[in-house]
Amino acid sequence: MAFFDRWVLTIILFWPLLASIWVLMLPKEKEDQIRRVSIWMSVVPLVLSALLFVDYGARFLPRGGGIHYDVQVTWIPQLRASYHIGADALSVPLIFLTALLTTLSLYYSARVIKHRVKEYFFLFLLLETGMFGVFMALDLVLFYVFWEVGLVPMFFLIGIWGHENRMYASLKFFLYTLVGSVAMLLAFLALYFHAGTFDIVQLAEKRPFADDIFKASLVFFGIFLGLAIKVPSWPFHTWLPDAHTEAPTAGSVILAGILLKLGAYGFLRILLPILPTAFAYWGFLMVILGVISIVYGAFVCMAQTDLKRLIAYSSVSHMGYVMLGLGAAGVALSGKVVPLSPDSAALAMDGAMLQMFNHGIITGALFFLVGILYERAHTRDLTAFGGLSGKLPYYYGIFMVAGFASLGLPGLAGFWSEFFVFRGAFDIVRVWAAIGVIGVVVTAGYILWRIVANVFLGEFNEERWGDKLWDMEGYEKATLWPLVLIMFILGLYPTPLVNFFNQAAVELLTKAGFMFH
Amino acid sequence: MFDTSTFIRLLPELILLVTALVVIFVDLYARRRTALGLLPGLSIVGLALSFLAVFAQWGTREVVAQTLAADTFAAFFKMVAAVAVILVVLASVRYMRARTRYVGEFYAFLLVATLAVYIAVSARDLITLYLGLETLSIVSYVLTGFLRDDKRSNEAAIKYFLYGAVASAIMLYGFSLLYGVTGTTDLQEIARRLLNGDVLVNMEWLAWPAIVLVTVGFAFKASLVPFHQWAPDAYEGAPTPVTMFLSTVSKATGFAVMARMFLVAMPALQSSWTALLYGLAVLTMTLGNLIALRQTSVKRMLAYSSIAHAGFILMGLVAVTTALGQPFNGLDGVLMYVVAYAFTNAGAFAVVAAVEDGTGGATLDHFAGLVGRAPFLAAAMLIFLLSLAGVPPLAGFAAKLFVFAPVVRQEYYVLAVVALINAVLAAGYYLKVVKQMFFVEEPERAPFAVARSMRWALWLMIIAVFGVGIFMNWFAFMASQGAAGMLGL
Repeated sequence: MAFFDRWVLTIILFWPLLASIWVLMLPKEKEDQIRRVSIWMSVVPLVLSALLFVDYGARFLPRGGGIHYDVQVTWIPQLRASYHIGADALSVPLIFLTALLTTLSLYYSARVIKHRVKEYFFLFLLLETGMFGVFMALDLVLFYVFWEVGLVPMFFLIGIWGHENRMYASLKFFLYTLVGSVAMLLAFLALYFHAGTFDIVQLAEKRPFADDIFKASLVFFGIFLGLAIKVPSWPFHTWLPDAHTEAPTAGSVILAGILLKLGAYGFLRILLPILPTAFAYWGFLMVILGVISIVYGAFVCMAQTDLKRLIAYSSVSHMGYVMLGLGAAGVALSGKVVPLSPDSAALAMDGAMLQMFNHGIITGALFFLVGILYERAHTRDLTAFGGLSGKLPYYYGIFMVAGFASLGLPGLAGFWSEFFVFRGAFDIVRVWAAIGVIGVVVTAGYILWRIVANVFLGEFNEERWGDKLWDMEGYEKATLWPLVLIMFILGLYPTPLVNFFNQAAVELLTKAGFMFH
Repeated sequence: MFDTSTFIRLLPELILLVTALVVIFVDLYARRRTALGLLPGLSIVGLALSFLAVFAQWGTREVVAQTLAADTFAAFFKMVAAVAVILVVLASVRYMRARTRYVGEFYAFLLVATLAVYIAVSARDLITLYLGLETLSIVSYVLTGFLRDDKRSNEAAIKYFLYGAVASAIMLYGFSLLYGVTGTTDLQEIARRLLNGDVLVNMEWLAWPAIVLVTVGFAFKASLVPFHQWAPDAYEGAPTPVTMFLSTVSKATGFAVMARMFLVAMPALQSSWTALLYGLAVLTMTLGNLIALRQTSVKRMLAYSSIAHAGFILMGLVAVTTALGQPFNGLDGVLMYVVAYAFTNAGAFAVVAAVEDGTGGATLDHFAGLVGRAPFLAAAMLIFLLSLAGVPPLAGFAAKLFVFAPVVRQEYYVLAVVALINAVLAAGYYLKVVKQMFFVEEPERAPFAVARSMRWALWLMIIAVFGVGIFMNWFAFMASQGAAGMLGL
């Protein structure tokens, strides 16, 4: 086991990079070989991360969680920056989610992408390393490196394989993220000068700026900007609809499924442990931004005619739940509001984390579904369709599961995350949580009224679509079934995942100084 | 006075001098075809030997021939210059052969320019300093106008010469004021006398106009806004390998001289030159980037971008702290930036040279769909542009980290925010080129080949750009030693 503990993360992290170099070596005419190599190589981190999930759950979860599988090798000794990686109850499920969505995306793309195949798979594998790196890094410099490494491939994925407006969208995506990440870098440097290290674990122990709320806030907002743009929280969300709409299907899946989670993850890995006082102080702001995102995002969805843009905006709304949960925990941490039940803070955080995972699964599935329809119809206009339920019953069925999961139908995964967030938040920020519930109602509205009524019900336009639309093929079913299964499993029995996230939440809050009575 | 130890300390310079002479003689007596093959090789061997001679003496800290400092600070810049000039030579083999008959002179001039750099970066005396800088400038004018039949090259040389001459005169005036006040040309002695009030005439206030004049002179050399007007024209008109040289080695020399001058001779007046440089840094990066955004010629765009980068380098000097032993002291940022930037910018200009060779021009349009026509060039350019934008794990990230850090340490919030905005602006136009190369597709245009020596140079620079970024610790170590070892502190 010692070998596994020491090497598993490093192998998961760099395996996709090796695979991408292998792809780079292959001649670009051998497209089939490139596809095969990419898919099979991506299975290795998937299997390993599944093992990681089981292993952590069996060995460490019952014994108090904590960071394990950690490796620390000196990198820049002068700056006390090191190659320090590790995984805890928060990151293990997210690493699994990354591996799963990447493999599914590669599998789906192998059938769909026919143009500049070599570059596509090279970039996708490179992207996977970047995402793993962020979830594993325990050093701010390393975190920043992987944060940026993921940025470049996605820029290309949108810019080369995207839709009509791809160049504008890719540039906007890159520059927006860059603003945030440079601000984040400056804040990291401020942390370094105060505490003398870039190590996240040590920084969490040293609590820089704990007694100086002004400077702590300055640093907080530097990092906050980087993360909130990535999440994205209103009002930093304007890059998202463009990027998600213009990206190729698999690109949208990864964007919504993983890249947005990087932002939320940063709140939990960096802001809360290192700057707990500022996190608590500004928790209420996060609640407000979260609620605005939820309600605003949902209402904007109601106004969309572009199916993909609608799903994109639904991400703004759904990531708002994450912000609400985190903010509520922050407010509880500040001690200004004493919740009736001390568990509420942890529950709100559980909900935020569950939402991170579930949103990845559900929105990933929705983007695949939109892509499948677009491949056939070459339009994303909602109003162009109608009556697809009769013609594409299989597609209809899968879409319904994902759609209902998205609107939080009990029995499917999405329900639990919303339930936990609101159960926690009601006890802490009652009024704002109540406003947030409007978003849940509107979500049901746009899923049922905008999508289901427009696309699936009504009259089928035989003249336009005749034989142009056909039901799902084998590879499309194979792409979606794993996600649908997870929605059902987590909907009926979320306990394993809740155990992970609750452990992480309790750990984080305890370390941040929250008293559970 | 001239004993063996002096000889050994001056070995790097002597190697360069001898190589330059050998190159001239071989060019005179060898047949043209042999000469063409031999000269670049000879130059590279000479540069490499001189690099080794510098490296072998790393860690020394002594005065040579009373006016030169054999310290790690100078050694650092010498090594950067030697490596960068090797890359310039590699990039010019085909480029120059296709454009001029006087290849021998070209390499000889490059070697002499390198020698001038060696002298300038180690000068610890106003006269020697001026000598080094002026030799470098004059050789640079000639190199810029090297393509005699090319109007643009000629125009560039004249412009560069006129601006440069004025700058030299202004700088010299500043030097004369310093001498007039203190009665010495030795930098360390100047500092001592200014500090102790041990001056010739009781007019210490003259040190102030002296600082302004000297700064203006250096600002011309390092092409800082608003003294930059010569740079874009000179960079665009000069043969592209020369542009590589000007934008990396020349500029680095300007910063080396500036750092030594301010830190050794005027530590007592730090607050006043810091204020000056602060303003110059903000102006330089902002204007450089804003103008670069509007360019359609990639070569000119890179010229403005290198002006903007000078502003970033300046941040290191603005935020310099006297605790030079510690990391992130500002001066090590200047050194890191110079290394990272030398490889990256030289690489970007080398790609421009190769594209000019293959397509006959270097506007954005010539870069359209480059990935289909010369995938290696496109990939190389992508790496260099990302490095210029400061994306990890490339060299530019290390550079950015090391100049942002001292600014954060000194809590110059305004400067930090300006730098942030500029980093994003710069990325905006770098991505424009990336977009042209990768997103625009031009299936009709014919692919073209890249010269072998150019391929070598590009590979070396790609490896260097990754190397500096990933093995940042080695370079940070050298940079911190280089900064801390400056003689006279």
